[in-house]
Amino acid sequence: MNEPATMTYREAMREALRDALTTDERVFIMGEDVADYGGTYAVTKGLHEEFGRDRVRNTPLSESGFVGAGIGAALGGLRPIVEIMTVNFSLLALDQLVNTAAALLHMSGGQFNVPLVVRTTTGAGRQLAAQHSHSLEGWFAHVPGLKVIAPATPADARWMLPTALADPNPVIVFEHSGLYNDRGPVDPDGGPVDIDRAVVRRSGDQLTIVAWAGMLPKALEAAEQLAAGGVSAEVIDLRSLRPLDLPTVSASVERTHRALVVDEGWRTGGMNAELAAAITETCFWTLDAPVSRLASLEVPIPYAKHLETAAIPQVDDIVAAANALVGGAS
Amino acid sequence: MTTEVPPARLSGNHDLERRLLGDMIRIRVFEERCAELYGESKIRGFLHLYIGEEAVASGVMSCLQPDDAVLATYREHGHALLRGVSAASIMSEMFGKATGCSGGRGGSMHLFDAETRFFGGNAIVGGHLPLAVGLGLADQMLGRDGAVTVCFFGEGAMAEGEFHEAMNLAALWNVPVLFCCENNRYAMGTSLRSSESQVDLALKAASYALPAWSVDGMDVMEVYRATTKALSAIRAGGGPMFVEFQTYRFRAHSMFDPDLYRDPDEVERWKQRDPITTFANGLLTDGVIDDADFDALWTAARDETEAAVAAADAAPIEAVGTLLEHVTRPVEPTTVPDASGSRDQDEVDEVWP
Repeated sequence: MNEPATMTYREAMREALRDALTTDERVFIMGEDVADYGGTYAVTKGLHEEFGRDRVRNTPLSESGFVGAGIGAALGGLRPIVEIMTVNFSLLALDQLVNTAAALLHMSGGQFNVPLVVRTTTGAGRQLAAQHSHSLEGWFAHVPGLKVIAPATPADARWMLPTALADPNPVIVFEHSGLYNDRGPVDPDGGPVDIDRAVVRRSGDQLTIVAWAGMLPKALEAAEQLAAGGVSAEVIDLRSLRPLDLPTVSASVERTHRALVVDEGWRTGGMNAELAAAITETCFWTLDAPVSRLASLEVPIPYAKHLETAAIPQVDDIVAAANALVGGAS
Repeated sequence: MTTEVPPARLSGNHDLERRLLGDMIRIRVFEERCAELYGESKIRGFLHLYIGEEAVASGVMSCLQPDDAVLATYREHGHALLRGVSAASIMSEMFGKATGCSGGRGGSMHLFDAETRFFGGNAIVGGHLPLAVGLGLADQMLGRDGAVTVCFFGEGAMAEGEFHEAMNLAALWNVPVLFCCENNRYAMGTSLRSSESQVDLALKAASYALPAWSVDGMDVMEVYRATTKALSAIRAGGGPMFVEFQTYRFRAHSMFDPDLYRDPDEVERWKQRDPITTFANGLLTDGVIDDADFDALWTAARDETEAAVAAADAAPIEAVGTLLEHVTRPVEPTTVPDASGSRDQDEVDEVWP
């Protein structure tokens, strides 16, 4: 066994892509500027030199066109990994993802599955304003037929991709843009991660904080601060938004009796609302307090740093919400 | 871009001519019966009839090979039938039965058949054009030389962004795709002239640097010749091509459409060019078929359709307990690579038959 290496989230994802391209000749990557430019977030940097331009394929600015081509290529026997620069741009491909990728298997009576992996970035924090910063993964999680995952650690960035590629269904991978430089251990022999299971990142017994993607590091930092103040918080990394691993979440809440959901998406009709409802339905009789939600404010994400910071949940907000939930000082 | 006018209506290949006539009649009879069954509420939802346009599907489909892929629109009963999807499974699908080609989940607009590589039955106008590019890309990247993806769409799709994105990608990547525009002149009730700044559709397609023709889609032999020519170039590695088939639907857009937007005289003028009548008259005049042959084609088509109706009537409905099947396909444990990253190569062709 090799020692776990320390690498960034970006490097871990690149390693996952390299491994996929090496081990499966059906795999290819396509998207805007994935070759010479190296990908907007430099995830695919250098891969076209290793694997050639057919397998690390630049596309025109045609999100609907190349996502649809990815669906067709998957139907034709390939294993495409389609990169969409940001989740905001994925809206240009919403027709292909929702009307075709998600619906085809059912509409065809089980004949045509779509083994497509779509990678896209999500989230705010880089002052990219209202057309590059949103967290819309909850929208996709609404749709039967899709799988939606959000690796939040370098290890998951490395080992969730092989599982996504082995899945016979369309899988959308949300990579929070604020995580790419995060560094962490990645076991080179780790092996594929079960992508439909949530994971407890920190144990605690007074409340359960449910977070994913960019909110996970903030939740963990908040839990650290809470511990210093005498509050023991369990932190669950949801990892998969569809399917939702409710058993892991409710098992935790049934022990802690309190739940706080932290979502970088908006509150109204959001993933946080789904989780709050599901926790309430399954854990109502063991709850000591109403399920609490933290979400982004109901505003398009602004440019100015202080405004952007104020729009999305921060560590202090999580600490305050957790303290309020357990009845401690805010 | 030039219109290729064939030197003569008949090809000299009389077996082919009889087959093409029979194919058009099969579609006509099947769909006339569908209209009746809609009136009887046996078929529900939307029902879009292809009556009047049969020469296009008949001419194109007769040129295809088993390894080719086909994508069509929601007006696709005829394409499915001629691709080899059985009349019984198509009719059963429209009846919403378990034995339908999509298990009762698709209906008239979503006929699918993996065995014949029939990829629908797509009801988002223009949405399937990028899929055709991807299927062509898979043929190209996996070295399946000679295979072609044939994509049917109406002229209405040419106003959609996905048409333009797909044309550009197809030409840029030189994929083996034949784009078949069935120009029946109306996108639902909106005429071509009131929706397109450029009504020369082949010219429009040619701007993406791919060969594009316009042909008479009411003449099955002209459709056949144009398709043969295009497919042989594509199979030889010539890249994507576009053919506009000028045609006309004799019926309304769907069974809900009162057909208020067309001049009845215009419809009558086009009916004078009925692709079955005109072609049959030519074959009768030239002695390729006689009246008995002609009658036999209709009888065979009626027999096929009535057998399909009987099968659909008798077929069971899908059990409600199966409703949630086919939303996602279960992950096969064998397809997950082991920790070393190696894969079971036996799984490589799980989609490609």
